Amino acid sequence: MRFFRLIWANLLRKKIRTTLTIGSFMVALFLYGLLVAIRAAFGGNSDVAGVDRLNVINKTSLIMPLPFSYRDRLANMPGISGVTFASWFGGVYQDEKNFFPQFAVDADTWLKVYSEFVVPEAEKKAFLADRQGCLVGRKLAKRFGFKVGDRIPLRGTIWPGTWEFNVRGIYDGNRPEVDTTPLLFRNDYLEERRSFSKGMVGWYVVKLANPDDAVKITKAIDDAFANSPYETLTQTEKAFAASFAKQMGNIEFLVLVIGSVVFFTLLLVAGNTMAIAVRERTPELAVLKTVGFTDVGVLGLVMAETLIIAGQGGALGLLLAKFFTLGGDPTGGFLGNFYLGWGSLGLGLALALAVGIVSGILPAVSAMRLKVVDALRRV
Amino acid sequence: MVRVDAKANGNSLVQVRDLDKKYQRGSEEIHVLQGLNLDVGAGEFVAFMGPSGSGKTTLLNLLGGLDLPTSGSIKVAGDEITHMSANKLTAWRARHVGFIFQMYNLIPVLTAFQNVELPLLLTRLSKAERRQHVETALAVVGLSDRMKHYPRQLSGGQEQRVAIARAIVADATFLLADEPTGDLDRKSAGEIMDLLERLVHEHAKTLLMVTHDPRAAERAHVVLHLDKGVLVEGGAGGGGEA
Ligand SMILES: Nc1ncnc2c1ncn2[C@@H]1O[C@H](COP(=O)(O)OP(=O)(O)OP(=O)(O)O)[C@@H](O)[C@H]1O
Ligand SMILES: [Mg+2]
Repeated sequence: MRFFRLIWANLLRKKIRTTLTIGSFMVALFLYGLLVAIRAAFGGNSDVAGVDRLNVINKTSLIMPLPFSYRDRLANMPGISGVTFASWFGGVYQDEKNFFPQFAVDADTWLKVYSEFVVPEAEKKAFLADRQGCLVGRKLAKRFGFKVGDRIPLRGTIWPGTWEFNVRGIYDGNRPEVDTTPLLFRNDYLEERRSFSKGMVGWYVVKLANPDDAVKITKAIDDAFANSPYETLTQTEKAFAASFAKQMGNIEFLVLVIGSVVFFTLLLVAGNTMAIAVRERTPELAVLKTVGFTDVGVLGLVMAETLIIAGQGGALGLLLAKFFTLGGDPTGGFLGNFYLGWGSLGLGLALALAVGIVSGILPAVSAMRLKVVDALRRV
Repeated sequence: MVRVDAKANGNSLVQVRDLDKKYQRGSEEIHVLQGLNLDVGAGEFVAFMGPSGSGKTTLLNLLGGLDLPTSGSIKVAGDEITHMSANKLTAWRARHVGFIFQMYNLIPVLTAFQNVELPLLLTRLSKAERRQHVETALAVVGLSDRMKHYPRQLSGGQEQRVAIARAIVADATFLLADEPTGDLDRKSAGEIMDLLERLVHEHAKTLLMVTHDPRAAERAHVVLHLDKGVLVEGGAGGGGEA
C-alpha cells in the first residue's frame, strides 16, 4: 500500500510515545486475557456447555439429592436420548490445599452423555471392569503425576473414612476448553460403602434427541416430578454452569467491572495520545490537503495509525496472555480450568480495535474538518 | 499577457472577475478583496506586492482553490473553480496547482524524495514511474544528491528547493508561491529566484508569486500591487510589459 510509508513514518515520529501507547494496549489486553481465563476457571465458560444437555437438580438446592428411581422415569420420557447422573464426593487428597473435584458417576452412561471426554477404549474397559476404578483428567494427572495403575487414597468429608481408587484411565477433552481437572469414579462403589444417602444421587444429566426441544422438555421434566417429595429444577447446562459459578461469588460481575475499567482507562490514554499526535501535526495535515489529499483520506491516515497501534498492542498482549495460560493454573489448583480460547482471543482483538477506533475517531474527524487556510495561518 | 482591467480577450490561463472576499471577525467585517480582476496568460511570471494585511495571501489561496470567495469568479484553463464541491476542488488542486510556501512546509519525518513523491501518491503512476518523476524534479532543483536527506539535514534554501520540486513534480498548470524567499538569507534567496526564473523560462511554467522583496519582484515579468482590495499595475519588472 502506497500510503504505508507515510503512516509508518508518522508512527516512528515519536518512538517513545508510540511504544508507550502500544504498551498500554498490550498491558490492557494481557489483563483481559487473564480475566477471561479466570472466568473460565470459575465455570463461567459457557462455550463448553453442551446445548443438547439439561441438568436436573433438586428444586430446593443443588446440594440436596434426588432419588435413584428417577433415572428410569427420565429415560422413558420422549425426546430424551440418554440419562446419566453424578454425585459430589468432596474428598481430600493428602492435604486440604490439594483441592480438585471428584464425582461419583454412573459408569455405564456417563461417557455416552459426555461425549467431549475422550478415553482410550482399553482404559474405558478397564474402568468398567473395576468397581474401585477411576478416571482422572489429563490436567489432574499432570498436576499430581497420576499414572494408570496408581492407587489414589481420598479422605472422605461427607462420607467418612479413607476411600481408595485405582487409576484405570486418563481422559482428554476433545477440545482444549474442556475441563480435565475432575476425578470420576463409580457410583456403585460409593453406594456400596456409604452409610447414608443410599439410593440417592446428586443430580441428573439428560441428553436431548433434538436441542430445539430444550424448553419443552425442561418443563415436561419439572412437571412430571411436581408435588413429589423430591421436586426438580431443570436447566440447560449453560444456566447450570452460571448458577454453579454464582456460588463461588459473583465472579462474572467482578470480571466485567475490572475489564470495563481497564478498557475505559485505555480509551482515555489512547484518545489523548492521538489527540496530541494530530494537534502537533496540524500544519503537515494542511500540506497533505494542499497537495491533494482529500478530507476523508486524511481521516483514513489518522485512523490507520490508531488501528495499527491498537492492533499491534492488542495482539502482543493477547499473545502474552495465551502463553501465560498455556503454562496452566498459576495458583497450583485453585483455578483448575485456567484456559484462554481462540474465540476469546478474537474477541479481545476486536475489543482492542474498537478502542482504537473510538479513541481515534475524534482526532481523526478534527483532522478531516481542518481547513487548510486556517491551519497554514496558524504556522 | 497580464491585465487587471477585465478587458482581456478571453483566452487567458487564469481569469478572475469581480472577486470579493470578506472576513467576519466578531462583529467587524473585513473587506479584503473588493471586485478584483485579473488575467494571466500561460508562461507568465507575475509578482504581487502590497503592505502586510492587504490580502496577498488571501488572493493566492483563492487562486489555488484553498478557500472560497464571497463572490466573483475564478476560471483556470476554462474550469470555474468557485463552484466546485470540496472533493472536486481537491482533485482539481492536485492536478493543476503547485504551492510553494514561505516556511517550506515539508513533512519532517519524510526524506526529500518522499516529500516530493507525496502528490504522486494520489495519481495512478506506478512505483517506477513515480521514482522517475521525483528524480527528474529533484534534478531540476539541483538536489539529486540529497534525496535521502530529511528536512532537518538540509539548509533553508535546500528545503525550499525540495518544496519547489514537490510543486512541480506532478506537472502543475501553474505555480503559486507565497513569499518563497521570505525566510532566506540574500544569497539563498537569489538562488531560489534563479531557480524560479529558470522554471518559467526553460520549463514554461506559469508562476504567481507574492513577495515583499523588491529584488525578487524584479525578476517577474509584471509586478502588481494590491491596494484597497484591487490590483493595480505598478512598474514592470525585468521581463515583459503589463
Ligand atoms: N480567517 C480569517 N479570519 C478573519 N480575518 C482574516 C482571515 N484571514 C485573513 N484575514 C484578514 O484578512 C486580511 C488579509 O490577510 P492576508 O493574510 O491575505 O494578508 P497578506 O497581504 O498576505 O499579509 P502579509 O503580507 O502579512 O502576509 C488581514 O487583515 C487579515 O487579518
Ligand atoms: Mg501573506
